[in-house]
Amino acid sequence: MRLLLGTLFALVVAAIVGLGATYFALTRGAAFGALTIGSWTAWPKTGTTEIDPYARASIARSGRLPLALGDGLTFLAKTDDNGRNLDGRCDVVLSGITPAARFWTLTLYNPEGELVPNSINRYDFTSQEIVRRAGGSFEIVVAPRASPGNWLPTGGVERYILALRFYDTAVGVATKEGREIPMPAIKTRSCP
Amino acid sequence: MIRWLLLLLGGALLGGIVHLATIIILPRTATRDAYARLTPIAPVNSVVPLPAPTPEKATMPFMDPAFASAICRYDLSKGPLKLSVPVSLAYTSVSFYTDKDIAYYAINDRSAGRRAIELDLMTAEQHAAMPENENVTAADLLIVESPTLTGVIQIRALAPEPGLMPKIQNAIAGAKCVQIAEPAPAR
Repeated sequence: MRLLLGTLFALVVAAIVGLGATYFALTRGAAFGALTIGSWTAWPKTGTTEIDPYARASIARSGRLPLALGDGLTFLAKTDDNGRNLDGRCDVVLSGITPAARFWTLTLYNPEGELVPNSINRYDFTSQEIVRRAGGSFEIVVAPRASPGNWLPTGGVERYILALRFYDTAVGVATKEGREIPMPAIKTRSCP
Repeated sequence: MIRWLLLLLGGALLGGIVHLATIIILPRTATRDAYARLTPIAPVNSVVPLPAPTPEKATMPFMDPAFASAICRYDLSKGPLKLSVPVSLAYTSVSFYTDKDIAYYAINDRSAGRRAIELDLMTAEQHAAMPENENVTAADLLIVESPTLTGVIQIRALAPEPGLMPKIQNAIAGAKCVQIAEPAPAR
């Protein structure tokens, strides 16, 4: 009886620990080899054959095709530079410059990776569309209400993710975290 | 007391194994991964344009809406494949994935360096079986080896401004992926 009870206990612990860890790994997007710059994180190896099992599981579960590294690299941001979750009801400002790439695109998704409906049907900006300052730096306002300049509408959703993708870029597996690659800063300016 | 602590420890260790096993098995059993999503809409060995993602409907999550895209789901069991993609005005890329969604190769218009991206896709065995003289005459032909028999090629072209999207979609529509006719057996 004691043996049976003990085995059962151990198995229940194993199930909770094992499945719980898997659930957390998949929902929080754990993967090795992350490249983090400011609020932005990329996983260069996810776009190669050296993709790790965690990234594979997460990709299989979400149903997306990873961006191949020879094509480009995706940086995701879920929070602003102060660690606050990106909130579609607030005015968030992206400013700065980007690493060298032939093109880049900035896209707003909900946490499930779907585009967010809005009144002007704008879901993204490309590097060609953006209005820049004289020095080449830019400012993009991510906000629920229209704003002058580069306005990326949030549709008022509670949570969103920003994806900054660089195409034909040297940023990749060999890139180290640090000053050599500048990424735009993310600041929450005002919240209702 | 010690007995229960040991059981707890044993359970946790077993849990670690369960965790690793589920992570590794998951991609093999996923029924809604990208390849499974593309299978019903894409006949084998032909180029199918993907509809632009909208908030209501998208073929896959996290698609880049600035791109026009098309896919070719391939099956190399009957022979290699010839792919040709006309280069559009801004940026064109071709990415190769196995049937388990692993990206194993990508090329863009600049690395192709021509008016069109043209290449042959084959397995390592098919590459090795290629007659040598053919290798010579086609010295500048790009050959990509697929690690698997089946997989998917994603063809994408950037529309730098939304107004250019129809033009870019037209350019992509000229992409072709066709099975190379079985060569006559060598004598």
